[in-house]
Amino acid sequence: MPHINVDENLPGIRSLMAFSPQTATPMGELANLLLRSNDTMSMADRELIATRVSYLNDCFYCQHSHGAIAVCYLGGNTELVDQVRTDYNNAPISDKLKALLSTAASVQKGGRYVTPQQIETAKGLGATDNDIHDTVLIAAAFCMFNRYVDGLASAAPTDMSSYPLRAKQIAEKGYGNHIFSNKQPVAETEGIKG
Amino acid sequence: MPHIPLESHLPGITGLLEYRKDTGQPIRELTEILLRGESTLTRAERELIATVVSNGNQCQFCSAAHAATVDMLLGESETAAMVKADIPTAPVSDKMKALLTIADKVRESGKLVTAAHIEAAKSAGATDREIHDTVLIAALFCLYNRYVDGMATAMPADSSYFAMLADRLVNHGYYRLPQGYDHLK
Repeated sequence: MPHINVDENLPGIRSLMAFSPQTATPMGELANLLLRSNDTMSMADRELIATRVSYLNDCFYCQHSHGAIAVCYLGGNTELVDQVRTDYNNAPISDKLKALLSTAASVQKGGRYVTPQQIETAKGLGATDNDIHDTVLIAAAFCMFNRYVDGLASAAPTDMSSYPLRAKQIAEKGYGNHIFSNKQPVAETEGIKG
Repeated sequence: MPHIPLESHLPGITGLLEYRKDTGQPIRELTEILLRGESTLTRAERELIATVVSNGNQCQFCSAAHAATVDMLLGESETAAMVKADIPTAPVSDKMKALLTIADKVRESGKLVTAAHIEAAKSAGATDREIHDTVLIAALFCLYNRYVDGMATAMPADSSYFAMLADRLVNHGYYRLPQGYDHLK
């Protein structure tokens, strides 16, 4: 049960954003700037970093929400996203993205764990200053989002078929207050999961 | 040395927020709302939450900056120092002790906040809004601390920088200065 009185029809961060729409607005803007950009790093790569950091923070709602968004951008490749989430070193992704995921994992532990050598490795594999910046800030931002979601014990749906539905909303429209002010998506065929 | 090229006259977070003004804007706005917007918590109480989290995360820049801000708001430096050292014996209300304890748990992991922590805060008079804001301020400083240290930003050469920064935060707030920061060169 959530620690504060939020709309029980809304899951995860959506319930918290509806409780506090004023703070939700800049959080949605930050998410759009960091995750809805293809500037030197694809939207899929950005969501994979968000997914991995959320997994390391053991935030069920965020890792599955962002994993499902990454799946949307990767043409339905759930297997790849699951592998990056739990075992990125053996996943068929670029060495540059592996180096950035390693940097993101250090940020998740604490900013001071990022080493100059990690950055050198990433740059040697073609990472730009922008890639490094965005990786560190995405990882830091998910250390915020994950703590917000779990620190207030917001509800994480256990019906896994609901995650792709919400992901599709974000893949189509981006982040923003529509995620809590619009009707929540429901499966077209009701009762499909019994 | 910072991992990306930042302006050398802007240590800590300021160089990052100037390097990327686009992402800087919502981060500044969120901070302005949480630390200086309408609230039943005082500005000093909210800055204490930022201080406790930054201190726990061992982020030197943020810890010094927000402790200096508390000091300026309260007109003394004992409270921030004592809160950093030990929350239960610090000279703050029972409600603030409960909220600062929640913030310190959030710092480690959101999952460490228990129903008992929340109960303690509520029975000391904390509202849902105060609990919400405490958790979000703590979470926001987990972003800031990682951004500042993950990019290896510089500490100011002179520690008097923090009194000047605190003065700016108290009197101007968290939005970008309209004239920019060239006057600090």
